[in-house]
Amino acid sequence: MSATFRLPKGGRVDHNATMSFTFNGEVYEGLRGDTLASALLANGVHQVTTSIKLGRPRGIMSAGAEDPNALVQVETPFPEPMLTATTVELSDGLVARGLPGQGKLADRPDPSRYDAVHTHCDLLIVGAGPAGLAAALTAARSGARVVLVDEQPEAGGSLLGISDEIDGAPALQWVAEAVAELGSLPDVTVLQRTTAFGYYDDGFVLALEKRTDHLGLDAPAHLSRQRIWRIRSRHVIVATGAHERPLVFPGNDKPGIMLAGSARTYLHRFGVVAGREVVVFTTDDSAYAAAIDLADAGATVRAVIDARQEVPAHWTAACADRGIEVRKGHVVTGTSGTSHVSRAHVAPYVGGALGTRDGIACDLLLVCGGWNPAVHLFSQARGKLRYDAGLGAFVPGAAIPAASVAGAATGEFTLRGALSGGAAVSVQALADLGLPATSPESLPGTPAAPVGCPTMVLWSVPEADPGAPCTRFVDLQRDATVSDILRATGAGLRSVEHVKRYTTIGTAHDQGKTSGVIASGIIAEALGADVAELGTTTFRPPYTPVGFAALAGRDRGTLHDPVRVTAIHDWHVLHGAEFEDVGQWKRPWYYPQDAEDIEQAVLRECAAVRDSVGMMDGSTLGKIDVRGADAGELLDRLYTNLMSSLKIGSARYGVMCGVDGMVIDDGTVIRVSDEHFLLTTTTGNAAKILDWMEEWVQTEWPELRVHLTSVTEQWATIPLVGPRSRDVLAAVAPDLDVSKEAFPFMSWRDATVAGIPARVARISFSGELAYEVNVSAWDGQAVWEALWAAGEPYGITAYGTETMHVLRAEKGYPIIGQETDATVTPQDLGMDWIISKKKLDFIGKRSFNRPENHRADRKQLVGLVPVDPTVLLPEGGQVVECSELPPPPVPMLGHVTSSYRSAALGRTFALAVVRSGRERIGQTLYVPIEDELVPVTVTDSVLFDKEGSRRDG
Amino acid sequence: MQLIECPYCGPREEAEYHYGGQAHVAYPADTAALSDVEWAAFLFFRDNPKGPFAERWLHSSGCRRWFNAVRDTATHQMLAVYRLDQPKPVIS
Repeated sequence: MSATFRLPKGGRVDHNATMSFTFNGEVYEGLRGDTLASALLANGVHQVTTSIKLGRPRGIMSAGAEDPNALVQVETPFPEPMLTATTVELSDGLVARGLPGQGKLADRPDPSRYDAVHTHCDLLIVGAGPAGLAAALTAARSGARVVLVDEQPEAGGSLLGISDEIDGAPALQWVAEAVAELGSLPDVTVLQRTTAFGYYDDGFVLALEKRTDHLGLDAPAHLSRQRIWRIRSRHVIVATGAHERPLVFPGNDKPGIMLAGSARTYLHRFGVVAGREVVVFTTDDSAYAAAIDLADAGATVRAVIDARQEVPAHWTAACADRGIEVRKGHVVTGTSGTSHVSRAHVAPYVGGALGTRDGIACDLLLVCGGWNPAVHLFSQARGKLRYDAGLGAFVPGAAIPAASVAGAATGEFTLRGALSGGAAVSVQALADLGLPATSPESLPGTPAAPVGCPTMVLWSVPEADPGAPCTRFVDLQRDATVSDILRATGAGLRSVEHVKRYTTIGTAHDQGKTSGVIASGIIAEALGADVAELGTTTFRPPYTPVGFAALAGRDRGTLHDPVRVTAIHDWHVLHGAEFEDVGQWKRPWYYPQDAEDIEQAVLRECAAVRDSVGMMDGSTLGKIDVRGADAGELLDRLYTNLMSSLKIGSARYGVMCGVDGMVIDDGTVIRVSDEHFLLTTTTGNAAKILDWMEEWVQTEWPELRVHLTSVTEQWATIPLVGPRSRDVLAAVAPDLDVSKEAFPFMSWRDATVAGIPARVARISFSGELAYEVNVSAWDGQAVWEALWAAGEPYGITAYGTETMHVLRAEKGYPIIGQETDATVTPQDLGMDWIISKKKLDFIGKRSFNRPENHRADRKQLVGLVPVDPTVLLPEGGQVVECSELPPPPVPMLGHVTSSYRSAALGRTFALAVVRSGRERIGQTLYVPIEDELVPVTVTDSVLFDKEGSRRDG
Repeated sequence: MQLIECPYCGPREEAEYHYGGQAHVAYPADTAALSDVEWAAFLFFRDNPKGPFAERWLHSSGCRRWFNAVRDTATHQMLAVYRLDQPKPVIS
């Protein structure tokens, strides 16, 4: 199909670069430089989709990001929903379809790359229109570091869509020279296709750069498709222009009804005449230029309908020259046509009353109700807005620090005003920053603006036919009308924010760029209030929609979160380990053999450890090196028990509590030398405990001579566990006396293990004879393999975290964070023995005396054994007293914290925290599992080897 | 993304910091001498003013040092930052 609405030349499109695209199943041709919207209009296609609620045909209303109507889904190159045809650059092979409100995400992973760049500058200028360029030139010439971002493919802003001159030549020539000059300066960054979408604290602005979207299927895979710019600027100049305000009248939503300035943009930028028979409906001078330009381009402009009684002489003369009728004091009261506007109904409008109407045939109805400065970014930066009754719009109010606004964004709509305003705010900003600022010697020459008439603020045209269903649309994307607003105010709503939520006006994809101010005006009229008092809804980021993929950037897949592996990880992978995530660590969970499931594997691993010998990778244990003359004193203050009395060569178990007396971590402490301790923490708590200790050292006890260093990753830690562990260690450490007399429980020795310097500690988390072999992480795998080989005669078994959990639970050893939840004291865990009575104070001590912590009904750690030894209780299961459930609320005694099958016990068992648990030992309680109440017997928390006979082998 | 001035590193983004609650609440010298009410006041009660508030901050992703700051809780504006060994500045 040939593009019959395209001029043979002109505009910023390449008339020799034809591109094929498919829209709603039809194949069309467009040109390089088109948007999807301009290419459709060139082919005479106005209707893009139907509306979300009412199914009414909807077309292209604007030429930019403010469009409420032209929603499309792109299918090729890659599915992307909820784009506007006015902002999608045409590419060869593009396939898109209109969207009635809701899109569809791709059903396959997005192959594109997305990334982010941080940058810092003196001046960030948003918008490369006349004001932004003037500001950028002024700043750049003074040597400031400047970043200029602009959402369009090329600089120029409004100049791309009009025919004005600067210095006696086409304005775009001045733009080209300005861009070339900026490009020649080393400290200037100009980013096109880049939308500043969020303005945050302290000059922080986020912008989205679309780097390859316009290349479509030809986009190189090695380039990121979109990039988030994180710009920190000392000063921000907002030169974002203005959005034309539509007019609200019956039937104002049909395809073929377009903003007047946008029709002008389609003409000058894309060489597209959007209609053949044109009616212009305006309350503002600016629409006359559209009428004149379209007439000069060959369209028949039937009439300019101007609601004002006073119309501008300059423009009416220009219209008369072209035979264009100007009807002043008239309004459009309705439209004909279903899928496309075919006729405008026009009536006199005097003193708020409509006269007799007649109709004017047209295929393009241009509307202009004035202009709204694009104050979004200024408002996001907490700038207050001020209502300008002359413009019928909100403009920036009092200045905010480190920001200024220039050009149409301030409500200054002349070209001269944009150029001078841009330069002026730039000079001021440079002065504020203490940078050399040179005012331009002279501004570029601009033709004198004709004498005009004031804008008339007309929020809505009255309904000519009051019985008809309301088709005076305010928010076209939400299908919300004047009568919806009146229903809201009629229901008693008085705030624009409430009306917004009641009517949904301004909550769609476009965030009310064309509807928000009009809604405020209509609400004010309905309430008899002042718009200035009423205000407008809050502008929030993002200015335009941003894909989550862009925000995620490179932080996807394996780069989403760091993965920490131990020095022995490769061995675990090779031996078929299943892994468990513990924080960022990958820990071997269990090592299935043959077709074992987790239950079979863990029973086998547990039995091997208790019967012979096993080994596990404990390298993820948090390790903190504590050095200094006051190291022992610090540990005394932080642990509940005494640490300073620990002898060199010995190890001690310890518990740390918060100031509130609740357990926060446990681990072992060894004394390496007089002034050197090494402590371990729970794997998931390593960073938290280092922070905790640092906090006390820095903020409360700066007098302590002590230094803390995380050494978690420096050590590989291998617990060698089971009755035959002594034999295995002896085989690889011939110089070490491993007898229980020479190397007793809770002691450590430096030794050579498999030829490698090692520190071996007799620490057990299973109740078995056990040695914890610590070596440099570099040697971790070598020592692991040596122990593995030495253990072969004993059938040594590698075990994972699940087996570790079962073995420790059989012994009643709690896991901090599993048995505890920040409401559990050491006494609740049955660990009164860990609390020093000698120390005057330590963190948590005073709280142990709080009455709350002495209540007899506190939850205490106990064991639970199901009466049926095959039933596995669910962890988190509630514990109740009654064998039949009463109506809710059911009194609950506590919950199951750990639950396993035990090889050693030949049955299932659990740990639980239960109110007055220790008094209940021997009682039968119940745990609901689905509809059944499972009877359990309360036991001591230690279920295996209570006398500790296995500890020394 | 607010900038917070670390007394040791200079201005850094707020995401590098951790908040540490009200400043100048010293751990009591003799906890055993405190009544339960006094201890509970130390343990659980903190000021919550609208306006300037002296707070502890940790430059956790930077130098890992604690410092104090006076922040206006209504505007989030940092009115002053100071080292732990410096007195609380007078904010007019």
